[in-house]
Amino acid sequence: MAKTGHNGGVPRIPRQLYRDDGLVLRVQKLGESDRIITVLTRRHGRLRAVARGVRRTNSRFGARLEPFGHIDLQLSGDPKDHGGGLHMVSQVEAVELYGKRFLTDYPRYTAASAVAETAERLTPIEREPSLRMFQLTLGAIRALSAAEHAATLVLDAYLLRGMGIAGWAPALTECAVCGEPGPHRSFSIPAGGSVCVDCRPPGAAHPAPATLELMGALAKGDWKVADSSDPSLQRECSGLVAAHLQWHLERGLRSLPLVDRH
Amino acid sequence: MYEGAIQDLIDELGRLPGVGPKSAQRIAFHILSSDTTDVARLAAALRKVKESVRFCVTCYNVAEEEQCRICRDPRRGNEVLCVVEEPKDVVAIERTGEFRGRYHVLGGAINPLEGIGPDSLKIRELLIRLGNGDVRELILATDPNTEGEATATYLALMIKPMGIAVTRLASGLPVGGDLEYADEITLGRAFEGRRAV
Ligand SMILES: [Zn+2]
Ligand SMILES: [Zn+2]
Repeated sequence: MAKTGHNGGVPRIPRQLYRDDGLVLRVQKLGESDRIITVLTRRHGRLRAVARGVRRTNSRFGARLEPFGHIDLQLSGDPKDHGGGLHMVSQVEAVELYGKRFLTDYPRYTAASAVAETAERLTPIEREPSLRMFQLTLGAIRALSAAEHAATLVLDAYLLRGMGIAGWAPALTECAVCGEPGPHRSFSIPAGGSVCVDCRPPGAAHPAPATLELMGALAKGDWKVADSSDPSLQRECSGLVAAHLQWHLERGLRSLPLVDRH
Repeated sequence: MYEGAIQDLIDELGRLPGVGPKSAQRIAFHILSSDTTDVARLAAALRKVKESVRFCVTCYNVAEEEQCRICRDPRRGNEVLCVVEEPKDVVAIERTGEFRGRYHVLGGAINPLEGIGPDSLKIRELLIRLGNGDVRELILATDPNTEGEATATYLALMIKPMGIAVTRLASGLPVGGDLEYADEITLGRAFEGRRAV
């Protein structure tokens, strides 16, 4: 296999084979029968790679290179190349194809899509390793497929923790401006989360105190509190989390408005 | 970066699906070095496709008249409707000779990452069409990949309460493949062996 990986391509730059495992975030068609897959890998960060011939119905790889699959990959390319050159998929083995479990569950499919798009946006630089983002994202997709918690709760927990890794988690108990310990009644997205009476900017929201508790529970992974929370609180929580995320991202997420919240 | 017209052409080609910047450059220079008559024929074909081909008002397949050839054919039945993603899937299914009903072309599959939700596809049009009566069975022939399956799941959820039988092509079509690449025999069998969802 190490030799055949070089057939066909024109290796102008030195190419080498390397392995990693990763989660398929996005699959795009390329030309007649190829695909470009975006994978969040454990050790090489987010990368895009070309898989040849996988859309032909005799391809062995096609089913393994579907969205939301955890796969073991052999890639060819320069692993240290930060210039954005595309790598090639030369071998794929399935670790766990989570996408299969979303096929008959439309709300979970849309939530998984929002997780995948967020993972892309929170890893803006290709091939910059982020083990925490990888583990968090894999955990979210696994939790969605296990269907033990409501899909929107898993999504919101993922978004809150992902923002934490990115360094802009909302303040949930202390005041986002002066640090005064809370809980506080007001929440301001531009100010960075919950705010005390003295720091409260005009236009701050006044969510139910239990909504901020729910956000805290999701950020910590306290599923007992989260699972038993009232649907109206969950809706308010989703709204605040989405607004906080959109505020920090340059462009809005395309998948978030399409999440099926039934 | 090149100057003027050649860069404009590279930019336009680069916007086509599956064409990267390098391919765009290669195609552009190929066109530049081609015979004037060849290029004129290509330009004419591009113009003609936009001028004369449109989408069928009933099923959204490509058509040269208001309705496509299949919707106009009085010998085909109205009881079975086959839902596909793209006009090229209609061609693939027609090749099998297994299907004598009518089609509905969605214009893609639900793909939230690309910003494509149910409202971006011809789903509302499908529901209106089904509300008009004749259809007794709806065959979901979306691609056997994640987006295609999720779209089929969504449609089944919407349509089953309307009292219409909803079926999906039999497995045997490999996951991850495009419908258009399935050979006639496999696709024909998938049609025959379709199952209720
Ligand atoms: Zn304060
Ligand atoms: Zn038609």
